[in-house]
Amino acid sequence: MTTQDLRDDEPEALHELAIELERKARARSIPDVPVGVMSCKDVDVYYGKFRAVTGVNLEFGRNEITALIGPSGCGKSTLLRSLNRMNDLVDGARVDGDVLFMGEDIYRKGVDPIEVRRRIGMVFQKPNPFPKSIYDNIAYGPRVTGMKVDSMDDLVEEALTKAVLWDEVKDKLKQSAFGLSGGQQQRLCIARTIAVKPDVILMDEPCSALDPIATMRIEDLMQELRQDYTIVIVTHNMQQAARVADRTAFFTALADKGTGDRTGVLVEFGRTTQIFEDPRDQRTEDYISGRFG
Amino acid sequence: MVSTQTLKASDLASSGRGERGVKSLVFMTLLWLSLVIAILFLMTLITNILLEGFARLTPALFTEYPASDPDRAGARPAILGSIWVIATTAVLTIPLGVAAAIHLEEFADKKRWHNRFIELNVQNLAAVPSIVYGLLALAFLSAIGVQDKNIVIGGAFALSLLILPVIIIATREAIRSVPEEIRQGSLALGASQWQTVWRNVLPSAVPGIATGSILALSRAIGEAAPLLLLGALVFVSFDPNGLLSGFSTMPIQIFNWTGRPQEGFHELAAATSIVLLVLLVVMNGIAIYIRNHFQTRW
Ligand SMILES: Nc1ncnc2c1ncn2[C@@H]1O[C@H](COP(=O)(O)OP(=O)(O)OP(=O)(O)O)[C@@H](O)[C@H]1O
Ligand SMILES: [Mg+2]
Repeated sequence: MTTQDLRDDEPEALHELAIELERKARARSIPDVPVGVMSCKDVDVYYGKFRAVTGVNLEFGRNEITALIGPSGCGKSTLLRSLNRMNDLVDGARVDGDVLFMGEDIYRKGVDPIEVRRRIGMVFQKPNPFPKSIYDNIAYGPRVTGMKVDSMDDLVEEALTKAVLWDEVKDKLKQSAFGLSGGQQQRLCIARTIAVKPDVILMDEPCSALDPIATMRIEDLMQELRQDYTIVIVTHNMQQAARVADRTAFFTALADKGTGDRTGVLVEFGRTTQIFEDPRDQRTEDYISGRFG
Repeated sequence: MVSTQTLKASDLASSGRGERGVKSLVFMTLLWLSLVIAILFLMTLITNILLEGFARLTPALFTEYPASDPDRAGARPAILGSIWVIATTAVLTIPLGVAAAIHLEEFADKKRWHNRFIELNVQNLAAVPSIVYGLLALAFLSAIGVQDKNIVIGGAFALSLLILPVIIIATREAIRSVPEEIRQGSLALGASQWQTVWRNVLPSAVPGIATGSILALSRAIGEAAPLLLLGALVFVSFDPNGLLSGFSTMPIQIFNWTGRPQEGFHELAAATSIVLLVLLVVMNGIAIYIRNHFQTRW
């Protein structure tokens, strides 16, 4: 079954879908070591003098979903935003170490952050459609990036179809995106990101503003997208991480004895099944089992 | 202990006792009184003008030129002059004001002292009396060696100085009301900052900018003082026909006619005031319409 058939009054169906998603996730085979599209090498992220994240080494595997989990304030968003240079927009934000995308450091001199962001897209916590028509929301990215497009109509349809939104909006493409529900808006934002054909999609708690049904649909969608893209998702929802992610990275914040600053560190990174069933670190186990955070 | 107390209806009923009731009653009365006084004055003024000028609201007012005989005089050059000056002012100020506001909001580094200094000054400039801008325009035109200062472009220059800060402030307000998430969404798709402003922020801000600009222009259209300083003509017997043409405007014409002894001129002044009032009401109406129908609701 697909999420399309779901209605609000079908909790059993929702439950079934959750089980189905989990089964799919388990059945997936991924290599023991991720074949990286992106990786972090000794990454520190600072806000001015404050070090928010330190010493992160991570490999984001091609066509895999990697979840970043951990207690609030441990720097998940900070790390995610430094993966496509969105953190450049914050005054005083700085990255040390290498963030490699297809072997190239995206912070190297001469790298254009605009091109980085086109190749590494981002979906935000709160759906943020533009105050334009559904069509123009999708066409925006290809237009501003000067993509060579044979038919914008086809591209819009393709993006919306991939985001499993086409059937719901095909008759109202010219209407304002603000008329869509929250879940639809979030799928529109995903479609908008897909339209510029990125390699990696970063998602920062993409479902936290959505109801369970809309959340399931997005999770289902992520499974589809995984075939074409590399996805990194920040989530506070353990079940979500368990359901969708191939690999999971657990972060926590350590307090500096001198200054008292809390700096995020990577505690453990591995297959999601390993992290959830057989965590190597006590802190991971405490967090997963809900004894912490 | 958890009690299952229920609320009696009387618990929430207003007690109506003591000071609070009396105080708020007095306060409300004062508020209403202020409102009534304000409206009363306005009504008196409008009725007065209507009674005095209505009879003179004839086609002749729009076709005739000022004359020494009130029965043959009209406000045609003043009406045309107002339109010329305001249109020129709009063309001069709106692009400049919007550009300045975009720079201040989207590009200027707010941590730099000079940007904060400019911001503060724009706020202050909006409160400067209009006559000061007249003086400034006068000095500037003299400095660049303009002999005849009562020309359309000169008047528009003075009025532009007057409303530039207002337009900058209104535009900044409109730009600021576009949520940060929209900019982030645009940048995350690989748009440049300039594209983000031009294709996303500005279109959403246009209704706010239009509203602010119209209100600013409607302030300028009623101004006489700065134009009088430039040596405004009151006996224009030709239609203004270009930026270097001499001109008069409605407020100046009204000012002049009101000072004449003949009753006929007072009637003409009242009739011209009606025209000016209608124009202002229409402009404000358009501004309100734009605000209500095109403003993005986030
Ligand atoms: N723009 C900023 N300027 C300064 N400090 C910041 C900024 N954004 C985040 N921080 C700090 O960096 C640290 C990590 O924040 P971040 O938002 O990355 O955490 P998070 O793990 O995403 O938390 P949450 O789960 O609550 O979203 C926090 O201590 C936070 O106060
Ligand atoms: Mg976060």
